[in-house]
Amino acid sequence: MTLLTPTTPVRPAGRRVLSAGRFGGTLSPRGVAVGLAGIAATIAVTVVSIGHGSFTIAPGDVVGTLLGGGTAAQQLVILDLRLPRILVALMVGAALAVSGALTQTFARNPLASPDVLGVTNGASLGAVALIVLGGSAATGVPLAALAGGLVTAAAVYLLAWRRGVDGYRLVLIGIGVGEVVSGGVSWFLIRAEIVDAARATVWLNGSVAGADWVQVRPLALALTVLLPLAVATAFTLQALQFGDDVARSLGVRLQLAQLAVVLTAVALAAAAVAAAGPIEFVAFVVPQIALRLCGGSRPPLVVSAILGALLVSAADLVARTVLPSRELPVGLVTAIVGAPYLLWLLIRTNRRTT
Amino acid sequence: MVTTLRAGRPAPVAHRPGRTLIGLVAAVAMAVVLSLSIGAQTLSPAEIWHALTDPDPAAQATAIVRELRLPRTVLGVLAGLALGAAGALMQGHTRNPLADPGLLGISAGASFCVVIGIQLGVGGLSGYIWFAFAGALLASLAVFAVATGGRGGPTPVTLALAGLAMSALLSSFTQALLLSDDASLNVFRFWVVGSLSGRDARVAAQVAPFILAGLVLALVNAPALNALGLGDDVARALGQRILSARVIGVTAIVLLAGAATAACGPIIFLGLIVPHVARSMTGPDHRWLIPCSALTGAVLLLAADTVGRVVLRPAELQTGIVLAAVGAPFFIALVRRRAGTVKL
Repeated sequence: MTLLTPTTPVRPAGRRVLSAGRFGGTLSPRGVAVGLAGIAATIAVTVVSIGHGSFTIAPGDVVGTLLGGGTAAQQLVILDLRLPRILVALMVGAALAVSGALTQTFARNPLASPDVLGVTNGASLGAVALIVLGGSAATGVPLAALAGGLVTAAAVYLLAWRRGVDGYRLVLIGIGVGEVVSGGVSWFLIRAEIVDAARATVWLNGSVAGADWVQVRPLALALTVLLPLAVATAFTLQALQFGDDVARSLGVRLQLAQLAVVLTAVALAAAAVAAAGPIEFVAFVVPQIALRLCGGSRPPLVVSAILGALLVSAADLVARTVLPSRELPVGLVTAIVGAPYLLWLLIRTNRRTT
Repeated sequence: MVTTLRAGRPAPVAHRPGRTLIGLVAAVAMAVVLSLSIGAQTLSPAEIWHALTDPDPAAQATAIVRELRLPRTVLGVLAGLALGAAGALMQGHTRNPLADPGLLGISAGASFCVVIGIQLGVGGLSGYIWFAFAGALLASLAVFAVATGGRGGPTPVTLALAGLAMSALLSSFTQALLLSDDASLNVFRFWVVGSLSGRDARVAAQVAPFILAGLVLALVNAPALNALGLGDDVARALGQRILSARVIGVTAIVLLAGAATAACGPIIFLGLIVPHVARSMTGPDHRWLIPCSALTGAVLLLAADTVGRVVLRPAELQTGIVLAAVGAPFFIALVRRRAGTVKL
């Protein structure tokens, strides 16, 4: 039972229902327009970002090189140095945004980011512990982050399990566990030598600097599997918005559906944090911006993915170029770019609704 | 109060808020006694009583109690009351169980201004206090201004979203300042964990008036919060003046959380969990919830501070870390134990 009759309030006017067997979702003209505009902007940012740097390349040459042309020097700079970095930025942004959209819908709370599932804090503890205890092991940091994130999220889920998982309980327990873990991070930072504390602080701010093809492949694989999974849960998400009991009565197998949503959100966030550190703000702000641009009652998944890729790639471009001498961590810039935009949207919608 | 009752589960207990309140006052008294007697040197209640009422200037106990433990204990009670009440107010005004007193941008604003203070070369805690206060005030004013778009005043959702966005923005500025300056980071990383140690009596005296004023406003705000909890339209129909209720609430939160953050650094997690603990004892009525949250906050903060003094003797473990290590498991157990959590 998936197709809802047109008289239900679930489907606002002007939305087309798409359904394939058990899975269904809706398309709104506004959402399509926002999505296409987002894709265009993302392509523009990507081309500018690839061309920009100590070795400047014209946009035409960038496109030519990407399509297989270009000189040997251009191929080296673009394909070996700049392309992996921008790809990681795009994918991390999309992963975090979709993870945030899933979490916010699942918890029925706009303040719920993947942090409340324990992923981000757990990953931070894994990475910071390695930096402080292990010293120089740069290659191990992503793995330590991945392990920390997944283990913490699993602990949250198990602790929240009592004859099934209630979304509200999961979120509160996630906050409690996250706090224990971030207390651990603080403790490591205080115990650390100042050199290690500074290094850990840099990692904690999140960065895609120095990304190469080694990071691109696992991230691409994760997204190829997880993004379709996320979209497949769209109907479930729509039902979950109304609360657990209504979702059950709409024919959702609640525990299974919740586990699928939480697993997808956790895996997406863990993949992103392992690749680039905790770029925390993206998961919160992008779904909220997408929701306000598209209308509707919950953050749209596909548009969130597009805008997430746009935000992180644009933030990375700013982070690379704003200071002549050094790079800013991209996590700082996402907040400095994204927060004012959300504040502006809030002010505007406030005015409009009165 | 929404509770889900399923077969095989006990019905929720009847709340007796009056008894809870009396029990909590006793618990605060107990925590105060323990906080005065436990430390690097354990003192008997008789020695403490002697030091407080009839001090012998030559005795070591006198110096320990009057110079070190009394100011610290007073500050712990004040900050605990403040953060507990501020957390209950914040969750009430945003109707969001994930809200904490820092959500108005208070802790992010305070941190930002403290870093500026450090970089300007302001030394010592009593110097940072005013920077922290100024930052808390400016940040929360900005959040409130953004959230106040329309005639109805700020809605719970816009307050929460604007607060989180503003906090993230200010935290980023703070991090950007620290990135370029290891010396400031070295000072700041100890302030930002949150602690009661090393604060002399002056600090408690500086923030006490703000906290007391905030507590009065919080209690005044409680009946209005009960009405606002039914939704803005219903509250309006009941004759509630929404905007003035929100202004009083936000003012109280700024006074309480701003003063506590200024004195002890950001101990925000306390304000997030305490209302949940108190709500499980009192139910959703804010007239009981706010005083009980305040008292629970004082008990938890003093207990965490006392534990932090003894686990790593002779060194101390920062209160913020102890709270995470001790408060969070307690909170998790509470959430797990309750068949039907009180929903907001």
